[in-house]
Amino acid sequence: MLGKLSWDAIPWDQPIPLIAGGIVGLILLGVIAWIVVRGYLPYLWREWITSVDHKRIGVMYTLLGLVMLLRGFVDAIMMRSQQALAFQAGGYLPPEHYNQVFSAHGVIMIFFGAMPVVIGLMNFVVPLQLGIRDVAFPTLNSVSFWLTAAGALLVNISLVVGELARTGWLPYPPLSEVSYSPGVGPDYYVWALQISGIGTLMSGINLVTTILKMRAPGMGYFRMPMFCWAALTSNLLIVAAFPILTATLAMLTLDRYLGFHFFTNEAGGNMMMFENLIWAWDHPEVYILLLPALGIFSEVISCFSGKPLFGYRSMVLATLWICLNGFMTWLHHFFTMGAGPGVNTAFGISTALISVATGVKVFNYIFTMYGGTIRYTTPMLWAIGFLVAFVIGGMTGVLLAVPPADFQLHNSLFLVAHFHNVIIGSTVFGAFAGLTFWFPKAFGFKLDERWGQRAFWFTFAGLWATFLSLYMAGLLGMTRRMQHYDVPEWRPWVLLVRAGTVVIFLGVACQVIQLVVSIRNRHALRDETGEPWDGRSLEWSTASPPPVFNFAFMPNVENEEPYWTIKQRAVETQNLAQEPDYGPIHMPRNSPTGFIYAFFATFVVFAWRDKHEYEIPAEEVARLDRERRTARQAWLRESAVRLGESA
Amino acid sequence: MTDSTREHAPRDEDDSAPGDSGVAKGITSYLTGLGLAAQLTVASFTLAGTDFIYGPGLPTALAVLAMAQIGIHLVFFLHITTAPDNTNNVMALAFGIFIAFLIVGGSIWIMSHLNGNMMPMDHSMPM
Repeated sequence: MLGKLSWDAIPWDQPIPLIAGGIVGLILLGVIAWIVVRGYLPYLWREWITSVDHKRIGVMYTLLGLVMLLRGFVDAIMMRSQQALAFQAGGYLPPEHYNQVFSAHGVIMIFFGAMPVVIGLMNFVVPLQLGIRDVAFPTLNSVSFWLTAAGALLVNISLVVGELARTGWLPYPPLSEVSYSPGVGPDYYVWALQISGIGTLMSGINLVTTILKMRAPGMGYFRMPMFCWAALTSNLLIVAAFPILTATLAMLTLDRYLGFHFFTNEAGGNMMMFENLIWAWDHPEVYILLLPALGIFSEVISCFSGKPLFGYRSMVLATLWICLNGFMTWLHHFFTMGAGPGVNTAFGISTALISVATGVKVFNYIFTMYGGTIRYTTPMLWAIGFLVAFVIGGMTGVLLAVPPADFQLHNSLFLVAHFHNVIIGSTVFGAFAGLTFWFPKAFGFKLDERWGQRAFWFTFAGLWATFLSLYMAGLLGMTRRMQHYDVPEWRPWVLLVRAGTVVIFLGVACQVIQLVVSIRNRHALRDETGEPWDGRSLEWSTASPPPVFNFAFMPNVENEEPYWTIKQRAVETQNLAQEPDYGPIHMPRNSPTGFIYAFFATFVVFAWRDKHEYEIPAEEVARLDRERRTARQAWLRESAVRLGESA
Repeated sequence: MTDSTREHAPRDEDDSAPGDSGVAKGITSYLTGLGLAAQLTVASFTLAGTDFIYGPGLPTALAVLAMAQIGIHLVFFLHITTAPDNTNNVMALAFGIFIAFLIVGGSIWIMSHLNGNMMPMDHSMPM
């Protein structure tokens, strides 16, 4: 019944994974024991695990992503330590294990780190910005999340039980075929990605439907905040691209299990078809990660510059252009495959065209800041850091888009430096900007500014120490994924990279300290009004944290910055808008469907709900909303006093 | 999956799901579609099995019938119309066709140029 699984699957002879696995297992057991002993389990089950509330699911997605980012970062430290030690020596990681570590680093960072954080932020923010009560399909949302979590669990189990693929983060045949990878590594990879990929696809369908079909009254497409546009295009890309991943991995599975010949070298198969298909998925994937980050920066820069976004319509156009053009560039990942000059030139040009759209965005960000009253808060620092990192990373990208240059740099550390520079500079910085920006909305208190700024400066400095050195090592000819090397010229750069990871580690530590300090000081950092940043879009019009129904009444949208208008009106007249007639609200009931579906992968009857909804009575809605109005009224009085003082 | 927020979220009145308007009408439309689809299927098999048309023209004829089949499915089963409430569906279809064309067309183009940078080899192995 257990197939290939036996006690031999556990690597008894390798102390590193065994000890690491043991420590993680102990911590997990400790956390579970603590939860059970303190009696939090029923609460956790009722309020979080079975939750269909988009805010809670968004928080869980983000939390999963952050934990996995840490996990992937540990892999990065292991790799760079190995390379620092392995100059004319063997280092401490045997090649078998080293290969698994770099594969795990890529898989975890992209699929289970960056993706969940980005999807989590979209899940949390998009319905609030659109002025609606939940996503289009709340239970499906829960299923998506738990499928992603199941995939993450599977990849992490493979650390101890069996092995992970040794093929790099994309399992190229023929290395990933049975003849060269007879172990269970690629199987773990394929199943983990299929499960989480289906979750991602459903989440994409959910958010596209939400944005297209459910917006507050008056919110036309061209009144949506930029982040919603980014979410729409990103999810369109998910819907269009993830089926390619599913199909490609299914073909690889058939090759491995049933002796098919899609990607083998004999019987008419062609392994280059795998490269072609996997990049046809993965290049859009890059933009799935990038676009929401660009959306976050639009919100953050506009808010902290105290100005509406410059060139809103050109931003929308640029976003849509990236969405389409992102699908036409995938060959630039394998210029060296052997296609002739015609094909390579066409894809080189289409790649360079992307930078026109991203250039439009960068200029719009700068013009938004120009003449504004800039507040240098933590999210704004991340946004400014992004502008620097993205421009430099983007320029090396344009360099790599030129096929003759790519022939020199293909698979070198220069390439590795380029995509880390861009992904960290945009997606990871964007995720941190978004987290600090919307954290008070999710939990009702701000994050500590001092530790946040420290985290930014360490991460920013570490980014350059690490990746400028990698650019240099790449230009000196060092290729990626080397377990050991003998070239003395590379040695200083490799050591500098290792030092850079220490600086980044300090940044990561600051983020953890920031969280702890903020939770300790949560009373001092409390956000009473629901509006800590002087925000401009609808999510700031409700309380922090928002009630389960988000908005006590549907906001009426009259322009691109609905909440800013409401607020200015209130400040001018020194009165809140008239209290509306509160009505009862129907909300979907929580359901264990997602959790059970993901872990037992069967459609279950016992998770069925007889009633799909429950009603929140009008009095309750009125009570909750009056609390918010009281806090707002107090804020309004204070702002009047402030205005009087300044005048 | 429930969709309870939908009733409370604002939406225009004619924004109903396909097939919402009466069971009888729905069934008639499905039956019409089924009939037409079956006829097209029979026609394809007949053409392929007999010498009814000029042999070399057969692939074109089958392609035309297949296109018609796609059209029937879209109209009768997936309810794609040109009505204003259907704009999203039409856009989604256009996007889907565009992406499919890019991926399939692009793949064929790329794979046929696979050896573009190789030395010409007369005695190369048969692929």
